[in-house]
Amino acid sequence: MNLSPLVIELMQLLVLLAAAPVFAGWVKTVKCWSQGRTSPGLLQPYRDIAKLFSKDMALAENASWIFRFTPYIVFGSTLLAGGIIPILSVDLPLSATADVIALVALFAIARFFTALAGMDIGTAFGGMGASREMMVASLAEPAMLMAVFTMSLASKSTSLSQIAQVIAHSDIHMVLRPSLAFAFIAFVMIALAETGRIPVDNPATHLELTMIHEAMILEYSGRHLALIEWAGMMKLFLFMSLGAAAFFPWGIADEGNMLAVPMALVYLIIKLGLAGIILALIETGLAKMRLFRVTEFLGAAFLLATLGMLSHFILE
Amino acid sequence: MNTQTTAQIIGFLAAMVLLTAFGMLVQRRIYGLIHLFAWQGLFLSISTAIVGYMTGRHHLYISSVLTLTLKVILLPYILNVLIHKLKIRKEIDTVVNVPLTMLIGIALVILSYHLTAPVRELSTFVTRSVLAIALATVMIGLLMMITRRHAVTQIIGFLAMENGLFFAATSATYGMPLVVELGVAIDVLIAAFIFGIFFFHINTTFDSLDVEYMARLKEED
Repeated sequence: MNLSPLVIELMQLLVLLAAAPVFAGWVKTVKCWSQGRTSPGLLQPYRDIAKLFSKDMALAENASWIFRFTPYIVFGSTLLAGGIIPILSVDLPLSATADVIALVALFAIARFFTALAGMDIGTAFGGMGASREMMVASLAEPAMLMAVFTMSLASKSTSLSQIAQVIAHSDIHMVLRPSLAFAFIAFVMIALAETGRIPVDNPATHLELTMIHEAMILEYSGRHLALIEWAGMMKLFLFMSLGAAAFFPWGIADEGNMLAVPMALVYLIIKLGLAGIILALIETGLAKMRLFRVTEFLGAAFLLATLGMLSHFILE
Repeated sequence: MNTQTTAQIIGFLAAMVLLTAFGMLVQRRIYGLIHLFAWQGLFLSISTAIVGYMTGRHHLYISSVLTLTLKVILLPYILNVLIHKLKIRKEIDTVVNVPLTMLIGIALVILSYHLTAPVRELSTFVTRSVLAIALATVMIGLLMMITRRHAVTQIIGFLAMENGLFFAATSATYGMPLVVELGVAIDVLIAAFIFGIFFFHINTTFDSLDVEYMARLKEED
């Protein structure tokens, strides 16, 4: 039996675990540079996580099993999502079992349990955060699926490995596709909303009136918080590498090609480095939207994804 | 550059024209609207020049340059001056809310795709698929005229419709005769001046450019 796909799968998970905090640190560093501040360094997220792991937890008295269970579910489903997305190579055993729709569902499970946990304690902030998060999710998920369907139409498959492979091997005619351009813009907007970045949510604030994701996890502490924070960084990393795999898959290792994996790692670092700079510039250049403007923002993302799908039929 | 690549580029520009049309539909600020209109003109002009290059019809270069000067530089400039003089700063109010307008826009794109299906079957031009986009641009311009209360935005909707018609002409028949195009261009220019005069009159009569006020222009009984 050929073991190399398994090795690649494991390597990919390790890369995800190790590189997600660095990527979050990189975004923060670029953001600090562009705003004229001194950055805490690339490794600060590691130090944060390590500190949180070594701390004791404070659990509310009326916390049920959902509250204690949620960090593990969130972390586990995010890690599993990392097994489906072709980060380094398209040769993934898990990608045959779960396609891109299952990926959206995995993120939805994590979000659902986070919202439940936010309401579980019964504080006002938890409930408020949960309701807001669900509002954003109900708008972001249809748009995400629409963008995903547009990608699937272009490559005639919903498997992410297949999508990456088809686009990586198509000639230049196929690259300048209006449908993919629309889907890409829509995907960027959805990624900003899903990972809670600035025009939709501000990851760095604990101001009561504006926080969405932070409001739900306000009651967490110690290793629970560490797991949730880590999962959040992994989610950001995953969305960026999903964008790279679906729209810019050049350099990714082909099936059965073990030797291309180190090169794919180099490409991944370049792509994510650029993605981090763009993300930091978006976050520096834009202000956080009012919550009720989020409907329009995500409505526009849905519109773009639908236009992508239509232009696949009209123009291609 | 072979035909397939050119068709691909024209398709991409058509998509950008449609995108700017939708952008105008959802844009709330009037300066942003004018910028988007200028961008639409730019994409239109580039695609006209490419169609001209592909088919070897050199009069299309003239209409491309005409589009560039008129719709990218002159008309946005005139509108900017008008807005500056009339001191319009506030956001545009719409009759229908923005997400609903977007959904109607999508429905219009599907409708125009359906309507142009027979033409696509019969035509042999490589740009035939662009016709659906052009028709959709016309319809979205019309939708914009219906859903906006403000006179200036209605005019921009009208000009966007004209853009769509021009685009339809280049994609369906490789451009109208030059005489017709020159005539249309001058018409649009004259129209812009007349609109400007009308804006001033509406503004001095009602102290606003909201066309709702015009419904009250009747005698008391």
